[in-house]
Amino acid sequence: MDSFSVLIGGKAGDGITEAGGMIAHLLNAIGYRLFRHVDAPSLIRGGHNFVIVRAHRRRISAHRDHVNVLIALNAETIERHEWRLKQRPVTVFDAEAIKPADLPASLHPFRTGIPVKTILEQEEAPPVMRNSAILGAFCKAISIPWEVLEDVITRYQPKKTELNLRVARRGYELATEKLVVDLPGGAPQPILGGLEAVGLGLVRGGLKAYASYPMTPATGLLHFLAKQAPRFGLKVVQPEGEIAAMLMALGCAYAGERAAVGTSGGGFALMVEGLSMAGQAELPIVVVLGQRPGPSTGLPTYTAQTELEFALTAGHGEFPRAIVAPGDVEQAYAWSTLALDLAWKYQVPVIVLGDRTLHDSSQSFDMGAVPELPRLRQLDWDGAPVGEDPDLAYRRYLITDDGVSPLAFPGCEGAMVKANSYTHDEFGVTTEDPGMTVRMQDKWLRKERALADELEELPSVNVYGDPEAARTVVTWGSPAGALREIGEFAGLRVVQPVVLWPFPTRQLEAVLAGSGQTVVVEMNATGQFAGLMRRHGLRVDGAVNRYDGRPFGVGELQARVEEALR
Amino acid sequence: MSAPERDAKKGAKGAAPAVRLGTYAKNTWCPGCGNFAILNAVKSVFQDLIAAGTRREDIVVVADIGCSSKIMDYVGVNSFDSLHGRAIPTAVGVKLANPHLEVVVHVGDGGAYAEGLEHLVFAAKRNADITVIVHDNGVYALTIGQAGPMTPPGYKGRSTPYGSEGAPFNPLELLHVAGATWLGRGYTHGIPLLKRLYREAIAHRGFSLVDTLQVCVTFRNMYEVYNERVYELEGHDPTDEAAALAKIREWDYAADGPVALGHFLARERPVFGDAFAANAGDVDVEAAVADVFSALT
Repeated sequence: MDSFSVLIGGKAGDGITEAGGMIAHLLNAIGYRLFRHVDAPSLIRGGHNFVIVRAHRRRISAHRDHVNVLIALNAETIERHEWRLKQRPVTVFDAEAIKPADLPASLHPFRTGIPVKTILEQEEAPPVMRNSAILGAFCKAISIPWEVLEDVITRYQPKKTELNLRVARRGYELATEKLVVDLPGGAPQPILGGLEAVGLGLVRGGLKAYASYPMTPATGLLHFLAKQAPRFGLKVVQPEGEIAAMLMALGCAYAGERAAVGTSGGGFALMVEGLSMAGQAELPIVVVLGQRPGPSTGLPTYTAQTELEFALTAGHGEFPRAIVAPGDVEQAYAWSTLALDLAWKYQVPVIVLGDRTLHDSSQSFDMGAVPELPRLRQLDWDGAPVGEDPDLAYRRYLITDDGVSPLAFPGCEGAMVKANSYTHDEFGVTTEDPGMTVRMQDKWLRKERALADELEELPSVNVYGDPEAARTVVTWGSPAGALREIGEFAGLRVVQPVVLWPFPTRQLEAVLAGSGQTVVVEMNATGQFAGLMRRHGLRVDGAVNRYDGRPFGVGELQARVEEALR
Repeated sequence: MSAPERDAKKGAKGAAPAVRLGTYAKNTWCPGCGNFAILNAVKSVFQDLIAAGTRREDIVVVADIGCSSKIMDYVGVNSFDSLHGRAIPTAVGVKLANPHLEVVVHVGDGGAYAEGLEHLVFAAKRNADITVIVHDNGVYALTIGQAGPMTPPGYKGRSTPYGSEGAPFNPLELLHVAGATWLGRGYTHGIPLLKRLYREAIAHRGFSLVDTLQVCVTFRNMYEVYNERVYELEGHDPTDEAAALAKIREWDYAADGPVALGHFLARERPVFGDAFAANAGDVDVEAAVADVFSALT
């Protein structure tokens, strides 16, 4: 098999997410590339959690809805996921939580149950080690050698390793082999969550401070950066709310440190006044915006692409911004670095627009697949005074051809740095002069043009599948992962703009030249990107929309795309 | 010639003092406004700081929105005019990024005690090392005379034509409970006391606030009322937290009675940002990122 999927399910609180992580480590260790999709409702105990780990010989960035191996910690997992099972499905289950007789007849030939409670009692192990027994049974069932499991447990369960190994060994011995998977071999790859990729990208871009109030699906970035703060020399703050997070980050930017905030739609709504100030005061800021279904609280732990129009128009007044929407971990890494660079080169807000699927799924990270993007340099003041008065040597908002004024920060010798949320003159002193009002607005328009020109020179739009095919699919963000595969095996032209604003008109026109039937795939109800395309004169013939909070699996999406293109 | 160029020319040939701290901006406060006293006091304190060795470049004024915030146009130091209610988190961010800076916030009672109250309480809770100067005139002046958080009940403004409801809370009492480490009250009649309070508040390491009774001559002229009631604290020990609370509670910002001015409270607590000092300094980012990649493999 080149590819297979494993689902593990149980109650929230059973450690399903962690067990899914261990399965990913196991499959990574035997040489597969992975995608790990986590489905966890917004609760701590009870409810149903499941993880699908898909393994492939080649790089993948999406899950499949159908699975080959089902690991059930309770009967509900069987009831909920039986429909996903393919031919000859392997079922690994806790035979003391699920009566073998209660399993559907179709599962009988390839099932293997182990008495988890008995194993734990005999080994005098605590209930939390249940998953070690199950992982032992799983490895046996699909013929992963014991030594692989031994290595993975030793490495990733440093606490009570010996006892975990004994419990796992019992599960391994009591289960039976049902399937022989290939062992592709080769070096294991890093496994990164989307937010870890964003975090590493920001750090590489010079991030010094991160301020965030917990909100799914951005919380993972707060956790990751908080933990890595000493290593990266970061200041990570969880303030009293999103408004404070935004304003603290803008304070950092004014003082010369690269800063970012992370949130979801509801928190971003609170940050919007600050976003406008970033426009007026020309302060660089990166907003990591994780989308989830709304309106309002919506489905907190599920996925959506409903904030594109919000991100495009957030803020009162007219000011330049950039929006980038990575579709996989490699893009998230590269474009997060660029987002910080862009923010600081043009002194504008830049939004990194992700979603629950990108942010909280994990993928094998392929350094060779990281987009090649240049590092951009900010324009620092060279210290040469403007005019004769030493008190007025520096003009924070100097009018220039491309609209970008040299940067200086408080503490900088000879500079008096005045930032202002009011309309201001070149020194940053408040003005209500109509001429200066127009000159500053025109300065921002020139900045936006320069920013747009720069992005048109970068690989802002990706094409997958057959670039000459008539049948064309356009998508943005996380569905690009599934469509990259679909484009290849269905012979479609798949177009993924990573830069959503300034709208990459020239690149999109070029890659869409000669296209026939064109459909837009996005996880919202109203077709926000399709609308944006139409506003820029690009043809859209159809749409595939999904808005139940669940991500597209490869198979289901292919069927829907083929139907829309018929 | 633009205004700044005119000003620059004048500055070049005139006999400017060594540290001017003025700007070319035209002052638009009403004649008699208490803000002039605050501006003069704070400029004088900055001049003294500079004379004593602080670099002018290391002073930052963060302002809110309202008549108080115009101060940033009038004082010749680094400044950041933030949003209404949001000057405090902005200032906390500035200090977080560069702990070497002296960060002073100018904010009205509307920005500090209404729109931005959560930030004020949390800045005190964290003991952020900033100084907050509240221009407390008990009215929204720039928006032409509405009742504010410090307006006593019965005030007839345009938004409360039949009299405002609800008594003010005591901001100093609230901040005492929240964990502020330096609290004082000044009055815009009496620049020497204001200068002393501002100087000491800025010198304090940790969160300091000077609630400055600042008279708005146009919408709520309290000069006569205050002049009859204010007195300066004598013999009060600001390190005695209980005594500080008792003195703070003496006047509830609404009732008639003596109004104490001076330094109420000083105490020590861990300062926000100190924990990050260990993270400061140069990091080999590429190496650190590579480390994390291998840890995730």
